[in-house]
Amino acid sequence: MSAPTTALGLRMPKRGAARLCVRALLHALVVLVFVVPLWGLVATVFSGVQLKLGELALLPRHASLTSLRTAWDLGVGRGLLTSVVVAGVGLFLQVTVSAFAAYALARKRFRGQALVMLAVLATMMMPEEVIAIPLYLVLGKVPDPLGGGDLLDSYSGLILPVVGWALPIYVLTGFMKTIPLELEEAARVDGAGDLKIFFRIVLPLCRPALGTCAVFGFLMIWDQYLLPLLVVQSPHMRTLTLVVTSLAASSDQPEGVRMAACLVLMVPSVLVYLLLQRLFERGLLTGSLKG
Amino acid sequence: MAAVTRASTRTGRAGRSTAEAGRETASGTARGSGSRTRAGGPGGHRSARRPWRPAALRRAAGPWLFLAPVLAFFGVFKFWPTVWGMYLSFFEVRPYLGNRWVGLRNFTTAFHDPMLRRAVEHTLLDAVVTILASAAVGFALALLLEGPARHVRLLRTAAFLPVVTAMVAVVELWNTLMFPGHYGALNTLLGHLGIGPQQFLADPDSSLASVMGIQVWKSAPYDMVVFVAGLAGIDRRLYEAAAIDGAGAWTRLRHVTLPALRPVTTIVLTLGLIRGIRVFTEIYVLTGGGPAGSTETIVTYTYKSGIQNNNLGMAAAVSTLLFLATVVLTCLTLWWRNRREAA
Repeated sequence: MSAPTTALGLRMPKRGAARLCVRALLHALVVLVFVVPLWGLVATVFSGVQLKLGELALLPRHASLTSLRTAWDLGVGRGLLTSVVVAGVGLFLQVTVSAFAAYALARKRFRGQALVMLAVLATMMMPEEVIAIPLYLVLGKVPDPLGGGDLLDSYSGLILPVVGWALPIYVLTGFMKTIPLELEEAARVDGAGDLKIFFRIVLPLCRPALGTCAVFGFLMIWDQYLLPLLVVQSPHMRTLTLVVTSLAASSDQPEGVRMAACLVLMVPSVLVYLLLQRLFERGLLTGSLKG
Repeated sequence: MAAVTRASTRTGRAGRSTAEAGRETASGTARGSGSRTRAGGPGGHRSARRPWRPAALRRAAGPWLFLAPVLAFFGVFKFWPTVWGMYLSFFEVRPYLGNRWVGLRNFTTAFHDPMLRRAVEHTLLDAVVTILASAAVGFALALLLEGPARHVRLLRTAAFLPVVTAMVAVVELWNTLMFPGHYGALNTLLGHLGIGPQQFLADPDSSLASVMGIQVWKSAPYDMVVFVAGLAGIDRRLYEAAAIDGAGAWTRLRHVTLPALRPVTTIVLTLGLIRGIRVFTEIYVLTGGGPAGSTETIVTYTYKSGIQNNNLGMAAAVSTLLFLATVVLTCLTLWWRNRREAA
């Protein structure tokens, strides 16, 4: 009863009032450091008062949507559309392709399997930051499957490089190995082929893991900055991250407009996190604890 | 050094296997569909002419069919650039004129560039400091916000928001908070504490520290969640036993909690280091490597010399070295983890 149940034993009633005070203070500090800055951003966006460069509002006085509307017209709307298209198509391809690969890795025995696992591991050491220069040159050589020139300054160039990602392959392979074989064997006896088993049995059972992959994949694609920086040349192709930085670079915009662009960039990923928190935390732990 | 060469030949082989996979699956599709139509046809005579049976072939090709899409994407957007980057590091890259072989000159030029040396120093300093600081802050947060109570869970969720916010938005927000004028948000707060206005990102002496602060703000809550999970895995009875033996909070932390968290901690630290040496977005957006090169890192250096100054060969050389460093670090991590698991 009086035994500590956490590392610091904060639930011990010993010297109750003093401990409670210290803890409340520390919690307030956490809120001040991690939440108040984000709140300041929101308040600034909806504040009707013109703020100088570097000024943030703590309370939105004379609430108005002017900043948001101005930012929207300055390219944020267009950027949001581009980012949503890129994230949607990219995520769909990423999860599909990873699920196919995971099925082969989890359920088949074949020559070269270890080599494939090694190749997947190797790609984790080749992030955009490390291969930026040659990737830029490669993008200039690969033809756009949607027609018209190479991958530079095209939607395909923004989407295709993010499709292959090791994390969902690992997550899905691990999950598929935990699915009991009996169902598949029964289907195989009934004459179902690999594709049918994959779509009808394995994929529906993988729904939780697919959700985790979707959350992580979305955040990964949404956060892309270097890849759009390499690909995009004309202003109308800018993703939201590029719109935000280019708006911020023009210092003649008031603080509210710049923060409005940040807010539009923030909201989708924060919503995904808040709505799918359980999926998210499970993935975080498989990702970080199991490698 | 042996590890480097082995790892690079491995990736080379892996790259080739991708190409093979592509070829094999392409032929596999053709044969597979062909055999299917034949089997469907009336009196489809099981081909005695063929040395292989369609069923066996299809079984062999099956896994590669499933793997083909991913291997194609990896091949084009990961392995090709990596291998080509290594190749280019020995050339002077001249668009439209053809590349000229220069041997190791790109590497020697890079090594003799004092700017690159500073960039490496900044990168390592930034990686080590931010990883240790965010692990420490994350651990403190985990201790404070551990447990299933409702308001604590709420606080954990709130504190986690910086992690899921896109880096670009975080960076712009902090760029505003760290406005160097005396009415900037952070300077106002410091003013209340009796500290004069700081220059933060605008001053070469404080710019790198400011960047580190922002990075810790974004990554500490991530470490917190990992540590909270680690703490939840500790058997409660150990705390009770220690408390009965008269151990205070500090002793319990030192002798029960920290040893139990060691595996989680090492993983947090090593993964952080591998991620940390390729820091780009926050630096490039916040300072562009300035003021006066005080925040230049390896990747901002390669980006600038490659894309902006069109010195692609040298940029490729530096990227190759960065890749090799990543490979060595990853192999060390894996080797070390396997040794632990075997022990």
